[in-house]
Amino acid sequence: MGWAIAVHGGAGDISRSLPHDRRQPREEALRHCLQIGVEALESNLPPLDVVELVVRELENIPHFNAGRGSVLTSEGTVEMEASIMDGNTMRCGAVSGLTTVVNAVSLARLVMEKTPHIYLAFDGAEQFAREQIHLHCRIFQGVEIVDSSHFITPENVERLKLAKEANRVQIDYNAQPIQNDTKKEKPCANGDSQIGTVGCVAVDSHGNLASATSTGGLVNKMSGRIGDTPVIGAGTYANELCAVSATGKGESIIRGTVARDVAALMEFKGLSLKEAADCVVHERTPKGTVGLIAVSAAGEVVMSFNTTGMFRGFATEDGYSEVAIWSDAQVE
Amino acid sequence: MGWAIALHGGAGDIPLSLTLGSRQPREEALHHCLQIGVEALKAKKPPLDVVELVVRELENIPQFNAGKGSVLTNKGTVEMEASIMDGRTKNCGAVSGLKTVVNAVSLARLVMEKTPHVYLAFHGAEEFAKEQGVETADSSHFITAENVERLKQAKEAHRVQIDYTQPLQNGTKEETSNTNGEVQLGTVGCVAVDSYGNLASATSTGGLVNKRVGRIGDSPIIGAGTYANELCAISVTGEGEAILRATIARDVAAMMEFKGVSLEEAASYVIHECMPKGTAGLVAVSAAGEVAMPYNTTGMFRACATEDGYSEVAIWSAS
Repeated sequence: MGWAIAVHGGAGDISRSLPHDRRQPREEALRHCLQIGVEALESNLPPLDVVELVVRELENIPHFNAGRGSVLTSEGTVEMEASIMDGNTMRCGAVSGLTTVVNAVSLARLVMEKTPHIYLAFDGAEQFAREQIHLHCRIFQGVEIVDSSHFITPENVERLKLAKEANRVQIDYNAQPIQNDTKKEKPCANGDSQIGTVGCVAVDSHGNLASATSTGGLVNKMSGRIGDTPVIGAGTYANELCAVSATGKGESIIRGTVARDVAALMEFKGLSLKEAADCVVHERTPKGTVGLIAVSAAGEVVMSFNTTGMFRGFATEDGYSEVAIWSDAQVE
Repeated sequence: MGWAIALHGGAGDIPLSLTLGSRQPREEALHHCLQIGVEALKAKKPPLDVVELVVRELENIPQFNAGKGSVLTNKGTVEMEASIMDGRTKNCGAVSGLKTVVNAVSLARLVMEKTPHVYLAFHGAEEFAKEQGVETADSSHFITAENVERLKQAKEAHRVQIDYTQPLQNGTKEETSNTNGEVQLGTVGCVAVDSYGNLASATSTGGLVNKRVGRIGDSPIIGAGTYANELCAISVTGEGEAILRATIARDVAAMMEFKGVSLEEAASYVIHECMPKGTAGLVAVSAAGEVAMPYNTTGMFRACATEDGYSEVAIWSAS
C-alpha cells in the first residue's frame, strides 16, 4: 500500500484524429500537473492539499475547461464552479457562478474551512472571495480576483459561436461542428472542441483520501446553469473508502449520482474500486456521457469512461505512471 | 400495494411545550396538504404532479419555511430553493437563489421540462422564470414578521440556525411565546407513489436563518435533499450541511438497491446510525406503497396516508 494520485482534464467525444498541436499541450499539461501532485505526496502533504494544488494548476492551464480557458455561457461570460471533499472528515466545500475568482477550487476550500456552510454561489460567492482578500490585504490562501477577461480564450469564443450556429449546448467535446457534406473537420472547430472539466483524486500511504473537481461547465449553457461539478455526490465525493472525481455530461452525472454511487457500491455491495467504477460507468450511465477517476484507501487507481476518450493521468508510489487520452486497443 | 403519500413541514428541535397557537395552524396545514395530495392520487394524477401540487401548497403557507414564510439571509432577503425528481425516468429539476418566484418547486419542474439542464440558480433562474411567465411577487410577499424577528435573534446570538433552535436563553426555563412559539418551522417536502409503483419527490425551502447570501443547502441537491428512482422516493429536512455531506436521499435508495434492505430499514439506518443526533428527518415511500418517516430531531412536522385508508398527522413520536 502506498500513495496514489489520478488527474483528469475531461471526458468526451475526443476524436482520435485530434491534431498533434491540440494533443501535445494537453498531454504535457497532464504530465506537469501529475508531477506536481506526485512531488506533493512524496513530501507528505495531506491529500486535501494535494488535490487543491493540482486542480489549481489545471485551472490555470487554458487548454482545459476550468478557470482560465473555461467555456462560455450563452451570454459570452464565464461562470465557474468547483468542489472539494476530504474523505476522513467528509467535510466539503463547493462554489458556483464565479466570474472573477482565479481558482474556484481554492474558494471552495475556503467555504469549507471559513464558513458554517458547504456551498456558496454567484454574488454571494464572489462577495465571500472579496472578503477573504480584504481581510488579508493580499492574495490570501490562493484567492485571487481578476477581470473576467482573464478567463476568456479565443478558442472558447469560437466554440460558443459554433454552438450558437448549431443551436446546441455541448460538453465541448461534441466534435462535429456544422456538417458541410464533407468529412473534413475544420481544425479550429474540431481541434478546439476537445477540452473538459478538470479533477484530481489522491490517497496517501495512510489511506487518507481527497477529491476535487473544477469546471467552466457547458458551452452555451444558460446563465445560472449549475452542473455536476459542484454537487457533492455527483461530480465529487470522498469518504474513508475512496475518492472520486467525475467528468462528462453534467445533467447525466447529477441524475446518476455518479461519484457517490461508486463509493456506495463498494460500501453496500462490497465491490472493489474497479468493479464499482466500471459498474457505474458502463452499466448505470448512458454511453457517451461520463468518465471518472478514483482511488481507494488501499492505494488502487481506476480511470473509467464510456466516452471516446478522457484526458487523464495517474501515478502510484511503486513508481508507475501514465498519461493517456483513449483506451488501449482492446475492447473492455 | 396501492398509492401512498407522505409530506413534511420540517424536522428540528420542536419543543414539546410548543404552544397551541403555534401548533394548531401547522397541524391543520398538514391535514389540508395531505388531503390535497390524497385527492390527486385518487384522481389518478401522476406522482410527479402530486408532489408538485402538494409542495406548492406548502410553499404558500406562511407557517412553513418555504415560499411565503421563508427564513431570511443575513441581509434580510429571501433566497428560495427547491428540487423535484421523477423516479421512473430519473429526470430532475432544481433551482436556487430565487427572490421573486412564488413557487420554487414549479420553476424546478420547468427547468426539468423546458431546458436541457437540471439546475438553474440566482439571476439565471429568475431570468428563466420571467421567460416562462411564472407567478412572481415582490419580496414583501414572502417575508413575514416572525422571520424578521427570527433573524434579529439569530444575529444577536451570532448564529445560523435551522430555525428550530431555542432563542436566547435568559437564564430562565420559561420560553416566551413570542420567540419560542415562532421558532418552529422548516423545509417542506412531499413524496408519492401511485398504485403502479411510479414514484416522485419534491423539496422546497428558504434555507437557514441568517445564512450568508448565496448559501445553497441540501434541498435543491439531487441525492442530498431529494431523490427518486424505481425503488423509492425520499425528501429530507434538517441541517442542510449535514445532509449534503451524507447524501441522505441517495443513500436510502442505495441501501435498498445494493444491500437489499427494506425502505424502513434503510431510512432508519441512515437517520439513526449515520447522522449526528438532531440533524435530520425524512419522508419516504417505496414502489410497493410503504411509508417511512424517521427523524433524529425532537420532532418533525409530518403527515402520511395510504390507499388502505391509513392516515396520520404528527409532530413528535407516539411515545
